[in-house]
Formats: sequence, C-alpha cells, structure tokens
Amino acid sequence: MDSLIVDYNYLMTASLLVIGLYGMVGKRNLLKKVIGLNIFQTAIFLFFIQGATKPGATVPVWDVRISGEAAGYINPLPHVLILTAIVVSVATTGVALALLMTIYRRYRTLEEGTLLERMKQSP
Amino acid sequence: MSHLPVLIPVTLLFSAFIILLGGFLKRDLAFMIALIGGSLSFVFSALGLWAVISGGGLRYHLGGWVPPVGIEYALDALSAFMSTVVTLVGTLVLLYSRRSILQEVPERFVPMYALAMLLLAGLTGIIVTADLFNLFVFLEIASLSAYALMAVGDERAPVASFRYLILGSIAGSFYVLGVGFLYFSTGSLNMADVAQRLPNLYGSRAIVAAATLIFIALGLKMALFPLHLWLPDAYSYAPSAVTGLIAPIMTKVAAYAVIRMFLTVFQPHYLLDVLPLMPVIGWFAAAGIFYGSIMAIAQTDFRRMLAYSSISQIAYIGLGIGLANPMGLIGALLHILNHAFMKACLFLVAGNIRFRTGQWEVSRLAGLGRKMPWTMAAFTVSALSMIGIPPAAGFFSKWYLLLGSVDAGNWIFVATILLSSLLTAVYFFRVLEQVYMRHSQEETVPVNAADPPASMLFPTVLLGAGVLVLGLSNNLIVSSILDVVVMSLK
Repeated sequence: MDSLIVDYNYLMTASLLVIGLYGMVGKRNLLKKVIGLNIFQTAIFLFFIQGATKPGATVPVWDVRISGEAAGYINPLPHVLILTAIVVSVATTGVALALLMTIYRRYRTLEEGTLLERMKQSP
Repeated sequence: MSHLPVLIPVTLLFSAFIILLGGFLKRDLAFMIALIGGSLSFVFSALGLWAVISGGGLRYHLGGWVPPVGIEYALDALSAFMSTVVTLVGTLVLLYSRRSILQEVPERFVPMYALAMLLLAGLTGIIVTADLFNLFVFLEIASLSAYALMAVGDERAPVASFRYLILGSIAGSFYVLGVGFLYFSTGSLNMADVAQRLPNLYGSRAIVAAATLIFIALGLKMALFPLHLWLPDAYSYAPSAVTGLIAPIMTKVAAYAVIRMFLTVFQPHYLLDVLPLMPVIGWFAAAGIFYGSIMAIAQTDFRRMLAYSSISQIAYIGLGIGLANPMGLIGALLHILNHAFMKACLFLVAGNIRFRTGQWEVSRLAGLGRKMPWTMAAFTVSALSMIGIPPAAGFFSKWYLLLGSVDAGNWIFVATILLSSLLTAVYFFRVLEQVYMRHSQEETVPVNAADPPASMLFPTVLLGAGVLVLGLSNNLIVSSILDVVVMSLK
C-alpha cells in the first residue's frame, strides 16, 4: 500500500498507457484510434517528465545560491527529449488525420465495420 | 574522412528539401536531384566501408560535443556494411522509379521523391547513429515517410497505410518507453556508454522491461511473425516503385537495429544467459518461416505472394539473429544483403509486369516469358536464389544459417530451413510454369506486352545479375566484413 502512495506517478502512467492501448485496439472508429494513440504517447511523455524531477530541486537555470551543485537542479535532458517526441507525435497525428480525410472522402465512413464492407464492394 | 558518418544521412536529408524547390521549377529536376543525392550517399557509404575495412571504425561527434554528453555517429563494420547495402539498392530503385511513377501517380511526382529521400535519410540515420534516442527520431522519420508513400496507391492504400501507422506508432512508443527505462537506470543514451554501465544492473527489473519493450518494438518494425499483420496489405496496395523501395530495405534496417541492440547495447551475455530473449526471437522466426511460405502458396496475386514471401524471408534473418552464434549471425547479415537484392529485383519485375499489362494475377502471367524475356530472366535468377539454388546468392546465406543451426545443435531449425526451401520452390515454380510453359490466351495478356523501357529494365537486370555476383563473391564479403562483425561473439 505504501508503494502505491509513493509511486502513484507510475500508476498514473500505467493507467494512461492502458487507456490509450484500449482506444487503439478496442475502439472501432478510426478517429478514436488516433485519440487512443495520442493518450498512449502522452502517457510516455509524462513518464519521462516525472522521471526528471528531484525532491527540493529547482528549474535548470543557473542560480548563484545553488551554483554548480547538480542535485539542486531537476534533470533537463528528459524535457528536451520529450520536446522532440512531442514534435514527432504531432507529425504522426497530422499524417494520421490526412489519411483519415482521404479514407472518408473515398468511403464516406470512419467506422471500421462499415469501411470493410464498402472496401469489399468496390474492388 | 572523419565526416563520413554524418554525411550519409545529411546528404539525403538535404536533397529531400532541394527536391521540393527544384521540382517547383521543373518536374524532372526532382528525379535528377534524388538520383544525385542517392548516388552521393552511396559513394560516402562505400568510402566509409573501405575506410573501416582498411583501418577500423570512424566516429563523428555532432556539434563537437564529446559523447556521452553529445550525440555520436559511428561507422563500424556492421553499420558501414548496412548503409552501403541500403544506399545501393535504394539508388537503383530510384533510377527505376521515374517511368513507373509517371505512369501510376504522375500528379504526385515531386513530393514522392522528397518523401523517398526522407525515407532513405531516416533509414541511413538509424544505421549510423550511436545514440539511443537519436535512433528513435530517425525511426519515426523513416516510418512517417513510409506511411505517406504507401498511402499514395490504389483505392485501399490509405486504409492499409493507416493500420500500419497505428501499429508502427505503437512500436515507436514502445521503443521510447524502453529507452526511458534504460536512461533512468543508467543515466546515459550513448550506446557504448549504456553498454558499459549495464553489467552492474543486470539484476534490475527495469532493464528486463527495457529489453522486452525495445525488442517488441523492433520486432513490429521488422514484421517478425506474429507482429507482421501490417505488412501484406501495405505492400500490395502501394505504387510499384514504392514497394520496390520499401520492401527490400525497411524491414532489414529494423533487423539491423535488433542486431545492434544485441551486439552493442545489451551485449550477448545478457540476452542469452540472464534474460534469454534471443532464443524466443529464434523460435518465433522459425514459426514465421513456415507461416510466410504457406501463406505465399495460398496467394493468387503475384505481389501479395511476394509480400508473404517477405515475411518468410525476414524470419530467416530473425532465425539467424536468434541463433546468436557466429555462423548464424553471418547467415543473417548475408541474408539481409542477398534478400535486399532478390526482393528489390522481384518487386521491380512485378512493377514491370504492371507497367506493361496492368495486372498481377499469377494465372494471367502465361506466356510472358517470351514477351518480356529480360524481365523474366531477372525474375528466374531471383526466384532460384530465393529457393536457394547455387550459385545464386540465396544459397549461401541459407548455408550459413544451416551451419549456425548445426553449431547450436538445433535440428528443428535445420529441418525448418530445408523444408521451407521446398515450400519456396512450390510458389515460385508455380509462377515460372505460368511464365514459361503456358501459352498466353490473347484476351488475358495485351498483345503489345514487351520488356519495359531501358530506365526500368536496366535496374531490374542489374539487380538480377547482382544476385549472381553476390553469390560468387560471398566468400570475400564474409571474410572481409562479416567476420569482423561477429568477432565479439567468438
């Protein structure tokens, strides 16, 4: 029980991951799959960000009171990595939405079941 | 010389942007720039390979920052070999692609080349980088351009591409998550540095999670059975030139990443003794070899047959990696090279057939042997190589895989390799019979079917001839390059 309270951040990450995965695999609507993907990726961003924090540390900008003591600053590297990962995620969402627009224009639906039926009808 | 590692992806990345500018002025300029960019990066790769063979590895520190703080690009025997293969096959397919794209999707001509160059830049980036997070960025560059390229196909292509996007993004996310576990455990992202710090952490559960996530992710990108579901549709609905570009090299680069993780990051000792993931990969691969071959036999569409055969062939590479002994790994690496040539050649043949007849049903290929003699000669050589008949290249990689299985004392793998060669023979001889033995009915094949124009025929035949040359020179390749790669396993 103690570890649940101390490590609740991991619990949050894990539940977001599961929700995202459910959205991608369980939902039949293609747009909801994209939303699931976004939740999944956000969970990973949060995992990195929470890993960067240290108790009692401050923003990683040079401070005369702390000076060169690394333990006084939170770790900036995960933030930078996630900045890149967010750009990647935005690009992925963009491509996914563009694909969905093409699919919708051709088949007039984003529901997986209906889509598969219509794909079979038109060769 | 020391700039070579970074020049390979940067040349391709840079030409992707110039293509958009140049293509704006004149359409054919896009093709010319792509060809020049591809050839240049092939020359850089070949120079790098030569430098590695004659004097050891090349390292480049991005922005002058010394690793492990800065990002490092490295060319060693493994990465120089892979980048030469990828840029060579990629450039040959680029040369082929012009007429094919002009016929199939002329309105997308310029952006297609920009995307193709981005794809190659991503793939070569994965190969040369020595930084775990940088690998993720290049993986996504390559994947995103692949989704876009594959979506420009027939009616159903966007749906197949969307499925690939969802699965591919799950793979990418798993990979970052795995890298996150590694980073928080070791405090480093540089591959060599992580490898140095890992042995103290071998007991940690975080490393188990990291390894599992990373290998699932790369298995998905590699289309290793049972994570292959995205592949058949994505390959069958994309334009011929796109499949010709993606099929031979993209899954191989993922296989390379698996080998890199195995040899450089986690180290063989960990993945064989502490957390035995490699045998798991080997057994899934053995199942995948059968699955791919049997599904290929069941297909009536020529391109779908090739797609399933890709699943089976990539599983051969997985089997070699899973064996994790010197012979097995040499077999896997040699098969990466051989299969890149064979599959590129086969998909270009498929493209040629579509260019002249507009169809892919195996039953309708009757009589094409006489009408498209050169194309079908290239097809025959590649098909024999796929089955594994010497002196074609495919025989030698299978031979090394067999030796590796014998070394490991794994007789089930030996039986798998031999049996699946028979299955491969079944689906290729079926096509060869149609092509050479049956006479064409006039209504099925257009009367004017003939070999395609020289710009398409030349790369096809060159790749076909390459299969023979690789077969004859396999001894040289193994002794001068691949032996160095597997040194650490001995």
